[in-house]
Amino acid sequence: MKETPLIPEGVKRCSKWQFSLWMAAATAVLLWGVYAMFLIWYKGLNQTNMNDAYGFALWIWADLAVIALGGGAFFSGFLTYIIAKDELKNIINFAVIIGFICYSSALLILAIDIGQPLRGWFIFWHANVHSMLTEVAFCLSCYFAVLTIEFIPLILENPRISQKPFWHHLSHNMHGIMAVFAATGVFLSFFHQGSLGGVAGVLFGRPFAYREHIFIWPWTFFLFTWSAAACGPCFTILVTWITEKITRKKLVKDNVIELLAKISGWMILTYIIAKSIDTLYWAFVTAPDRGFTLMDFYASPTYNIGILFAEIILCGFVPGLILITRKGRENKFLLMTAVVLAVVGVSLNRWVMVLQVMAVPMFSFDDWYTYVPSWQEVATTVLPVAYGIIVISLAHRYLPVFPQEKELNPID
Amino acid sequence: MKEKHSNTPAKRYGMIIDLDKCTGCGACMVGCYAENNIPFKPDETNKLDSINWIRVFKLTNHKPYPETEICYLPMPCMQCDGVGKHGHSPCVSVCPAVATDYNYDTGIISQIYTRCFGCRYCMAACPYHARKFNWWDPVWPADMEKYLSPNVSPRMRGVVEKCSFCFHRYQLAREKAYMEKRTDLAEGEYQTACADACPTKAITFGDLNNKDHAVYKLKNSPNAFRLLERLETNPKVYYLTTKKWVRKAGDNYLAHEEPETLKTRIKEHH
Repeated sequence: MKETPLIPEGVKRCSKWQFSLWMAAATAVLLWGVYAMFLIWYKGLNQTNMNDAYGFALWIWADLAVIALGGGAFFSGFLTYIIAKDELKNIINFAVIIGFICYSSALLILAIDIGQPLRGWFIFWHANVHSMLTEVAFCLSCYFAVLTIEFIPLILENPRISQKPFWHHLSHNMHGIMAVFAATGVFLSFFHQGSLGGVAGVLFGRPFAYREHIFIWPWTFFLFTWSAAACGPCFTILVTWITEKITRKKLVKDNVIELLAKISGWMILTYIIAKSIDTLYWAFVTAPDRGFTLMDFYASPTYNIGILFAEIILCGFVPGLILITRKGRENKFLLMTAVVLAVVGVSLNRWVMVLQVMAVPMFSFDDWYTYVPSWQEVATTVLPVAYGIIVISLAHRYLPVFPQEKELNPID
Repeated sequence: MKEKHSNTPAKRYGMIIDLDKCTGCGACMVGCYAENNIPFKPDETNKLDSINWIRVFKLTNHKPYPETEICYLPMPCMQCDGVGKHGHSPCVSVCPAVATDYNYDTGIISQIYTRCFGCRYCMAACPYHARKFNWWDPVWPADMEKYLSPNVSPRMRGVVEKCSFCFHRYQLAREKAYMEKRTDLAEGEYQTACADACPTKAITFGDLNNKDHAVYKLKNSPNAFRLLERLETNPKVYYLTTKKWVRKAGDNYLAHEEPETLKTRIKEHH
């Protein structure tokens, strides 16, 4: 009897040796990161260039950034399963895989980042319900479980797995109840994305980060959720585009990308208006009340006012305005420019909300703090990228990730 | 963030540091290192990863000679009462594992080393940089381990530590009082190592709620101020100085603001 192929039917994949070479390159980078990771676990955080002024640094930024970029999964899930935007079913699988990679990476980075990794479970066991970080840990773990559940049916669709009736039916039934998990994911994501914003916003001892609040939630709570929902889909579009370029195939129809881009555009535009209002209130009310002017926060050569311009105008209003116009979305160059700007913008926002908070001097007799990451920090931050490339490569080769691939790339 | 204990009247232990008396000799730092088993590195050049529970800063008025003035400012943990003065200090509220806690009997903020898992969120939250991370395993030179204090547990790599107002001294004084069937402590019975070590008596320590303690009167001096008061951290460490520029250096002010007028405004605000 002929064995069922591993590769989905009706699609073309590169040769084994080509794939092996590609995977070997990604694995080499991954192993470099893994080596640095074990070095840190074995020798401690003295392997980093963090210090007592820079207790939060590159990793926490990477954590916040990948979670924001992975926001495409929950928001696409919301649009597909709750709002019933059926076109997005053609990209939701990929959004889930990207989300899975982002969230598993975030959890790994957190495990590297803590000084006593073996005590990581204390955050659940001795939970302080007043801490935003506790909320992050709970929601993050739960949502990662949801993403895993969302990813499983796709894995089960591999032809060789699917030939077993049990797995085939399990996959089918899981697809049937996916809306429930999508709704759970949206609920959990709203809270952990928000809590990550709250992590910085509640720091009333740090005027650069501190924001006014409603009940216990500072404005950053809502802005982080909003920006993740707005810019996460842009990251999904960007990774889809990169995958198309590498595989030299069209994988998703333009109307799907354009619909996601349009929704993302409106989300970015409304987010950036809210962010601008927040910035103005912070600059003219919150900060002066604590003795700081806006320019006090941007008085360093590294952290100058250009950052604020880049975040709000260049990487906020510009991509938002491009993506809400039909011409902008239909022009490939403009579309991808806007998508890249949005991804950079949300990453920049997370950067300033972590690293600039630490850098700003608190006393008139203090100075700006500087920090350059060590190679171990860089390697462990690159690790998730290599891991992501490996997961996407495997998924693309062996799973029917893109439902439109067959139609767009007919085999003669 | 725990329930209030009410078997004895609540105390608010605090410190008054007279900057006009401080010579910057660093005896407070040395006393603190010895008392609290604080580890040190073979090379202490990089102060950003040094562990010290009290640091002495050197401030200058930035004026040319002969008007140049300098001031030394010792800075321990401020033991903040936080917003609303009920223990919502910047660090306690953020710790995800309740590894740092506000003691309602004393107002002192603890650090539970065996519970801290080293996320460093408290360090990010503290505007005074009072919290230090153990980047390395603590190693003392040969034989020096024999001189470690048995009353203070040494900390392990990967956890945060900070000034405890020598809380073990409070516990010892309480035990002594208990054995003598007393419920209260006399002012001199519980003093911090830095206050004891200061040769010019610049550091006064006591209960800020107790009218009989020196700190009670000193904190109400017109020359008293606290660091970064505008952030509403409500520190229990006060400073005294007759120098206006030093008082101004203790907080952040907009160009048109002066500490004196603002102090009134802050009081009215609360």
